[in-house]
Amino acid sequence: MRRGAFGFLLFVALCVALAFLTLPIVAIFADTSPADLIRSLGEPDARDALWLSLRTSLAAVVIIVVVGTPAAYLLATREFRGRQVVVTLIELPLVLPPAVAGIALLASFGPKGIFGGLLDDAGITLVLQTAGVIVALTFVAAPFYLRQAQEAFAAVDHNLLDAARTLGASEARAFARVAVPCAGQGISAGLALAWGRALGEFGATLMFAGSFPGITQTVPLAIFAHFSTDFTAALALSAVLVIVSGALLLSVKLLGRSPMLGGGRA
Amino acid sequence: MRRTTAPLTAGAICLLAAAGCGGGDHEGSGRLVVSAAASLQQAFTDYVHTAGIDAKQSFGGSDELAAQIRQGIKPDVYAAANTTLPDQLYKDGLVGKPVVFATNSLVLAVPDGSPITSIGDLTTAGTAIAIGDPEVPVGSYTRAALERLPPDQAKGILANVRSEEPDVSGIVGKLTQGAVDAGFLYVTDVTATGGALRAIALPPALEPNVAYGAAVVTGAENPGGAKTFIDGLVHGDGAAALQKAGFKPPPG
Repeated sequence: MRRGAFGFLLFVALCVALAFLTLPIVAIFADTSPADLIRSLGEPDARDALWLSLRTSLAAVVIIVVVGTPAAYLLATREFRGRQVVVTLIELPLVLPPAVAGIALLASFGPKGIFGGLLDDAGITLVLQTAGVIVALTFVAAPFYLRQAQEAFAAVDHNLLDAARTLGASEARAFARVAVPCAGQGISAGLALAWGRALGEFGATLMFAGSFPGITQTVPLAIFAHFSTDFTAALALSAVLVIVSGALLLSVKLLGRSPMLGGGRA
Repeated sequence: MRRTTAPLTAGAICLLAAAGCGGGDHEGSGRLVVSAAASLQQAFTDYVHTAGIDAKQSFGGSDELAAQIRQGIKPDVYAAANTTLPDQLYKDGLVGKPVVFATNSLVLAVPDGSPITSIGDLTTAGTAIAIGDPEVPVGSYTRAALERLPPDQAKGILANVRSEEPDVSGIVGKLTQGAVDAGFLYVTDVTATGGALRAIALPPALEPNVAYGAAVVTGAENPGGAKTFIDGLVHGDGAAALQKAGFKPPPG
């Protein structure tokens, strides 16, 4: 009986959470007819924004995976002094407001930032360029991946790695053939989160990279630009972003379960 | 057994209800809620400070603030960097009759020490420019001014635009951070930077007529306070603060 009442409470809590989190999303679609969706996709500005968002977020995710996977592996498998500090520092952008991220990027990589002169000497301009969007997205999205990948690697059975080494595999080989496949599901969940965060980035992009159609105006910035004049277009573009992000989340999660990435966790 | 959980559930509902009520923080307290153009930030902050008005002010692009009102957000006062937006809201019954309370000048703004001396320098290749997006008043004034130039020159300037910012703060930020070489702002925004930026006047033939309109929002919680606030903008502490920030009084 008590168990039943508690179970009921849990159920109510889930219903409240689900309703609160999904109702606003449902509202986007309730107010957008399929015709509006198609019309908004016909706008060159919207298509430019969508294409730009996909390209920049993909570039950011590739950078994050290439650098982040080995970094997360190190953090998960080695004990060293100050490890906790490193982990905390890496996770810091997770809790920073986007405006702070934007200011921080300007202060470091902006024309007047600490590395501004160096970048300028090297002939690299990031502000107001597509490259700047990628920097902003990488900065805000990377911690999501690092955190998940680190947890996934830490959960890999050490005996498996030891066995691979005993059988003559180098550490690099054990990482590539045992650790990565075993941690596949966690890694892909991190990938999905990071990608989704990158697609939704707004504040840091606006402050650091500005807003210009086709160059720095990603979908969230285009939604904001449309918000005041054409609410329907803004709503339709929001719906597109929800669909793309949702599809991404789902496909990466499915991919993580597929045998190819060794989703059947050891 | 169920009885033990009932108070808990009731408690949770009460909490939710309380949280739901938390939104109406100006209810009954007489606190004035003001939505104003980003270019008014300094003058309005100064105004409420000197006049001792208890106001919650939010500053942003006039167009976005108008869109919020259309979506059912009800501040007490709406103050825009043009007269078109308040007039449209008035026509749709969303605000009371707008009052013109100040004028401003659109200028070319450059960082202090910039070699740019006139609008003619903006067509030089490699000059990065920030302007307002087409919907925000500063952006539409800028486009209107550029349209009065010979088409080739206007085209050359627009080709150097690197960012379309949602409000004046974005343009100021891009300029002070050195991300762009020039931008179009109101003279008051340049004054507010305290010397970091320099204003270059536009040729009189290009200068758009920049007038600010304010209105009491229909269904405001505090219409009396809103009316007093707007009156003060025309004659009183508000007018003085506006003048101090570099705004000019309305004609007539």
